[in-house]
Amino acid sequence: MLHLPVLRWGAPYESLEVDEVVHFSTGEPIATVSRANGGLIQRDARNAPRARDVLRAIPIEDLIARAGHAGQLYMTATLPMGNGTQTPDEFVRAQSASTGLPERMCRANMQKSAFVLAEMRAILESLTRGLSLDVLSNGYGEERGVPISYQAQSPVVGLVLPSNSPGVHALWLPIIPLQIGLVLKPGPQEPWTPYRMTEAFYAAGVPREAIAIYPGGADVGAAVLDSVARTIIFGGQATVDRYRGNPGVQPHGPGFSKILIGDDQVDRWEQFLDVMVDSVFLNSGRGCINCSGIWASRHTRAIADAIAQRLAAVAPLPPDHPDASLAAFTVPGVAEAISRSIDADLQAPGVTDVTARHRGDRPRLVKAGRADYLLPTVVHCDSPGAAIANKEYMFPFVTVVECPESKMIEAIGPTLVCSAITCNPAFRRTLTDAVHIDRLNIGPVPTTQLNWRQPHEGNLIDFLFRARAFQTAGL
Amino acid sequence: MPASPTLDAWVREVVDRHFNPSTGSPFWLEYAKKAGWDPRREVKGFSDLQRFGEFQDEWLRGGPVQRWIPKALSGKPIFVFETGGTTGIPKTRIASEDFRTDYELFSETLPDESFPKGSNWLMLGPSGPRRLRLAVEHLAQYRGGICFCVDLHPRWVIKLIQKGWMEHLQAYKDHVIDQAVTILQANHDIRCMFATPKLLEALALRLESMGTTIRQAGITGIFSGGTEFTPQWNRFAHEELLDGACMTPVYGNTLMGLAASAPSGPQNGYKITYYAPQPRAVVQVVDFDRPDRIVDYGKTGRVKLTTLTKEFFMPGFLERDEGEREPPCARYPWDGVSGVRPYRGFAATTTVGVY
Repeated sequence: MLHLPVLRWGAPYESLEVDEVVHFSTGEPIATVSRANGGLIQRDARNAPRARDVLRAIPIEDLIARAGHAGQLYMTATLPMGNGTQTPDEFVRAQSASTGLPERMCRANMQKSAFVLAEMRAILESLTRGLSLDVLSNGYGEERGVPISYQAQSPVVGLVLPSNSPGVHALWLPIIPLQIGLVLKPGPQEPWTPYRMTEAFYAAGVPREAIAIYPGGADVGAAVLDSVARTIIFGGQATVDRYRGNPGVQPHGPGFSKILIGDDQVDRWEQFLDVMVDSVFLNSGRGCINCSGIWASRHTRAIADAIAQRLAAVAPLPPDHPDASLAAFTVPGVAEAISRSIDADLQAPGVTDVTARHRGDRPRLVKAGRADYLLPTVVHCDSPGAAIANKEYMFPFVTVVECPESKMIEAIGPTLVCSAITCNPAFRRTLTDAVHIDRLNIGPVPTTQLNWRQPHEGNLIDFLFRARAFQTAGL
Repeated sequence: MPASPTLDAWVREVVDRHFNPSTGSPFWLEYAKKAGWDPRREVKGFSDLQRFGEFQDEWLRGGPVQRWIPKALSGKPIFVFETGGTTGIPKTRIASEDFRTDYELFSETLPDESFPKGSNWLMLGPSGPRRLRLAVEHLAQYRGGICFCVDLHPRWVIKLIQKGWMEHLQAYKDHVIDQAVTILQANHDIRCMFATPKLLEALALRLESMGTTIRQAGITGIFSGGTEFTPQWNRFAHEELLDGACMTPVYGNTLMGLAASAPSGPQNGYKITYYAPQPRAVVQVVDFDRPDRIVDYGKTGRVKLTTLTKEFFMPGFLERDEGEREPPCARYPWDGVSGVRPYRGFAATTTVGVY
């Protein structure tokens, strides 16, 4: 069986304590993973400056090229995986087996990462707004005749990564080309991407001393946060609330992403049905960019019914089935708890489970061996006041909320991606000014459609570098 | 685990003491009155203690604390030690000489070359109404040294964790380590130390950042304990923190005393097995659902503690820990427990390893 060791700046370290990664359906062990302890991370943090030093010894242009090569290797090569190796197909099978994600979605996430690596130059150019990359490397330079300085705030970035959404790994891929090292804490069920990506970077010529991987429990995540001056953490709403306003931590949690249909467009809502269904359903509804709320002032029952009809045929399929589209819940009891929570919210007046009548006799919760599935669920709300109107779950779940256009912006609450289908200039202006909306799409753009040349939940450059004054005088 | 004749004889002596109307404590005398059976007559050995069933930890919360004082200790100075109590009423245990006796016995297990007689100690652990602080101080004095202590308020630490005030937590930890470093740098010739794993780790890392080490700071012997004292942490400490200083793990609490560890190191994968100081305390590993049943060797169960001293009698207390039952060894010819960790039934609600 594969064993994945701790990687201490590239050096394997086998812990005396290991965790098993098991198949979501059979419970069979797939791999063992060394469990780090907090002190190990704190001690290794002394060598964090070396990670930046070895990366700064390689020009950024060169690192961009190596990142591109790493992307090719990630997609095609047999790469080391702990004490063994993994082909791309074996990687996909392993990832699917431990996360419950269908294999085709694992492949799609691989492609997403490889795309980001291949497009690194354009992505960095966009994120830096065309800044000369030498400025980031040297810490200072000149632009349009004005001295400028961008100071790295940490030689390394900590990443406390999730188990349930392999797609998010694309977010941290630009960090190495920025000559900043990585301290990765993989999600317990998804060690695969951090290890494979690290090996791809190594094989492409990134120095081993630039990346550390510390698997383990919550204490390991806490140690990463304690030891690294800049950390990106993935978690639930509690995690987001806890670190909000902390300049050293960029928390990523639920997105509460939404589609708003303006009064000027809602009468032709059928034309946007594909956009709505894709936004809810792609990647099995697991992502923070999946749509969990569709808001309009009228036709909401018809919209909900049309989406429910489209999703009614969806059923769990074996993870290697080419049409598998529903991910399994791998932690016992979670799906059941979510389903119960939805049922409780459905008791409120004006709230209807529209999918129920299309599902026929099938219950929302499907048990298949050790795994649970939740069938797509579309809920109609007569008003934004219903508790369920602002809920988000990790499966294809959406509320269709009837709300006057004039009240939408105020009522939607924090929204990571907002696709607003409207040509009304006043509504567009209000949307543009709304500070609780992060990514704004105007027009029928699926919430899941990302342009990687744009920032996601904060610009990575702003998080890692500080623009400051810098002057020199001759000596 | 068949009890030894020594243990059975000690059990009879302790039971006689606590249930004799002229020497027993009000709590146990009252218990016997209501129980409808006479422990002094019916308890012939350790296995008969099953008749008491499970000791309820609620009995130790609230007063009057005098109900726990055996009449035999009448007129003697009495200490009260607390455990728990971050919220609500803490559990209390009275003591007169027990903590001194326990640590004098423990002293015999410490190698003189690493814990030199006459050397001074640093107590880097919880202060306040805790047995540990006085016990370590007595250990130092018993071995001819003087004990330096720091202020450490564990209940405040737990509150910081529960509130998520991690910056305050770090600041408080820094404050504690500042005190320790100041003492170590003050030419007091401190050679021995008690420290919790977290504080030992923090101290070692601080010293390392100052260009020195635990060993170079003068420390040659450390004892430490807690559920975070895992084999991996033990190895990490030996390989990367201690710079050759000797460290011995202990398992203990206010209610039991101190269980020493069999020798542990690379030769046994840094496995830690604790043995209670029999006959003064007995540790058993029992079935999670049937605490009257001892699990087989190597199997996992809940730690069940029986304290048997002339001052304190506590039969069948189910600890907040679990572990694996271990066979006797040469130094400790009775059952031990390894892999001690928070009991799974409480783990989600227990804040451990806080200081």
